[in-house]
Amino acid sequence: MPESFLRPPKAEFPLVRLVGEDGTRLGHSPTEPDAETQTQLFRWMVFGRVFDQRMISLQRQGRIGTIGTIRGQEASAAGLALAMRRTDWLVGSYRELLAYVAHGVAIENVLNLYRGGVPGPFPEGVGAMPVQIVIGTQLPHAAGAALAAKLRGSDDVVVGCCGDGATSEGDFHEGLNFAGAHKVPAVFFVQNNGWAISVPRGRQTASETIAEKAWGYGMPGVLVDGNDALAVYAVAKEAIDRARAGEGPALIEALTYRVGPHTTSDDPRRYRSDDEVAQHEKDDPIVRLRLLMEKEGAYEEGMQERFEEEARAAMSLAIERAEAVANVTPETIFDLTWAAPTPSVLRDRQRTLEDLKEIGEVGKE
Amino acid sequence: MKANIVEAIQDAMRVALARDKEVVVLGEDVGRNGGVFRATDGLQAEFGEDRVFDTPLAESSIVGVGVGLAAYGMHPICEIQFGGFLYITMNQIASQAARLRMRTGGQMRAGMVIRAPYGGNVRTPDLHSDSLEALLAHTPGVKVVMPSTPYNAKGLLLAAVDDPDPVVFLEPMRIYRGLRAEIPDGHYEVALGEARIAREGQDVTLVAYGAEVQTSLEAAEQLSAEGISCEVVDLQTVSPYDRETVLASVEKTGRAVVVHEAVRQAGMGAEIAAVIQEQAFYSLAAPVQRVTGWNTPFPFVQAEHLYVPGAAHIAQSVRRALQD
Repeated sequence: MPESFLRPPKAEFPLVRLVGEDGTRLGHSPTEPDAETQTQLFRWMVFGRVFDQRMISLQRQGRIGTIGTIRGQEASAAGLALAMRRTDWLVGSYRELLAYVAHGVAIENVLNLYRGGVPGPFPEGVGAMPVQIVIGTQLPHAAGAALAAKLRGSDDVVVGCCGDGATSEGDFHEGLNFAGAHKVPAVFFVQNNGWAISVPRGRQTASETIAEKAWGYGMPGVLVDGNDALAVYAVAKEAIDRARAGEGPALIEALTYRVGPHTTSDDPRRYRSDDEVAQHEKDDPIVRLRLLMEKEGAYEEGMQERFEEEARAAMSLAIERAEAVANVTPETIFDLTWAAPTPSVLRDRQRTLEDLKEIGEVGKE
Repeated sequence: MKANIVEAIQDAMRVALARDKEVVVLGEDVGRNGGVFRATDGLQAEFGEDRVFDTPLAESSIVGVGVGLAAYGMHPICEIQFGGFLYITMNQIASQAARLRMRTGGQMRAGMVIRAPYGGNVRTPDLHSDSLEALLAHTPGVKVVMPSTPYNAKGLLLAAVDDPDPVVFLEPMRIYRGLRAEIPDGHYEVALGEARIAREGQDVTLVAYGAEVQTSLEAAEQLSAEGISCEVVDLQTVSPYDRETVLASVEKTGRAVVVHEAVRQAGMGAEIAAVIQEQAFYSLAAPVQRVTGWNTPFPFVQAEHLYVPGAAHIAQSVRRALQD
């Protein structure tokens, strides 16, 4: 008789890395980015850093609302986005803003949203659902959109993203479970940045990795170094290609770290030490990729400065355009609530507008 | 064809599946089993497993997957096995389906139907008998439709499938099979947002929807023997509801009784009574009465016949309305 009938929850998920923290090449993969894609990864990661700084300063100036920070997670976001096709669907949350923009969503869409307005239509041909704020709810949507792609005979793949905190939500389970059971062309991408506001990863789940949860849904899982842009791209590309080939969904855990606060309203010193942050700051994904490119002769002198300049210019232009437009009126709110308003709805709308006019809140010269 | 309500609903889905290839039916046991009430009986055999399929036993993802399907351009009909299970889906309905259009500035829609049987007096276990329309009516962006006859069940469901907004379609479980009537073959729609006069009358307006329309008609019939003439307004669409038809009827009769089996406090009766006093106050000869479930959870089966308004409850309130 065995000593115990119970089997330990043990699964081997080694950390996939292609590049070490000091920029040393550790390995190769058939799905790793080519030289041009490496440059694009670097470019988007530099953009992400500039974007994050600029958004925080806009918030400090009162020009946008509360915003989640993405510093330190640039490799995860860019590696994922560049492994996607433009028509593939990105179904993510506020921590994936860089992935959204690198995927083709306009900076202005994001700015409009954080200025408290209608994000505006995403550019033609870019597959994406809106930036989700309610934790984990987007994962069943990803499963559903992937099922629709399959039923309609499209070869689009849907990428559902969330953070480590969201893996505790019921919708994480329901979304992945559905995707596995119906073998839909979806990839689930978890940015494990160590913290769900103040709650550490160890308090979210007793499982050793998030990647191993894939087993419960009958899909392959992978744990990747989320600060290694090449490795993130390589695993994302493999999972996306596999889903596109009709072989079903996969789960990727990208192990990274949220260097900044949860949002501009958060004070991380209440729950974690400066030492911990400083330790992680040493592993800057942008520096890591640059060191690799330098070692392999792919880095051109002044490249980072050039990309920073380009990112600042793109941000300035987008801010200027976004701030020129205030796109929300009371009419907007009523008209966006219902696609097919009934007569009662139209009377409500009219009455509300008349009331606002009477107290001088609309129709002012 | 002659059909009861559940057959009319099945026929509506058959027509919808046949005329629009983007329509899919999903839910627990809707495939080979044909649904626990047989509402989807035979549909999988007829349209295939890509059009009519079983989901895992997980209500949040039945609706959440529906949102994703709709966002991608399909038109899902999701079945939630019992209305009480809508509690689990409220996040996906209220925070997601209802707001997708606004969130995307109109670029995407969650045009989908969420069907669920509701209501008591059928001796079901706990949480199978709740009437949750007020939670949903408090959720702008979602339409709430509650049919009362085979004719409007089919026509409203076909209109709901064609509607670009998410529609929760609450089916009167108690009268699923109790009522048989002639319905048209093929496609027809009963417009959403429009009430109908189920019975004309002069003395008092009964406002009801779903199964309670039939109970109100019974009460009206009994009261006519006492010389009381009741007009019965069937809302059909509970949200956004047809205030104009309700107000016109109350202006004619001067008295109103609102009937529903959902919890009394903050129920549709409160909403309708408020609108009547705001907009038809000077037509009223008496306070608006409400005949409703109690301010308690839906009771154990042994007390449900006391909780769900019957014709006697309704008649009592009509007499009260006529006392003044």
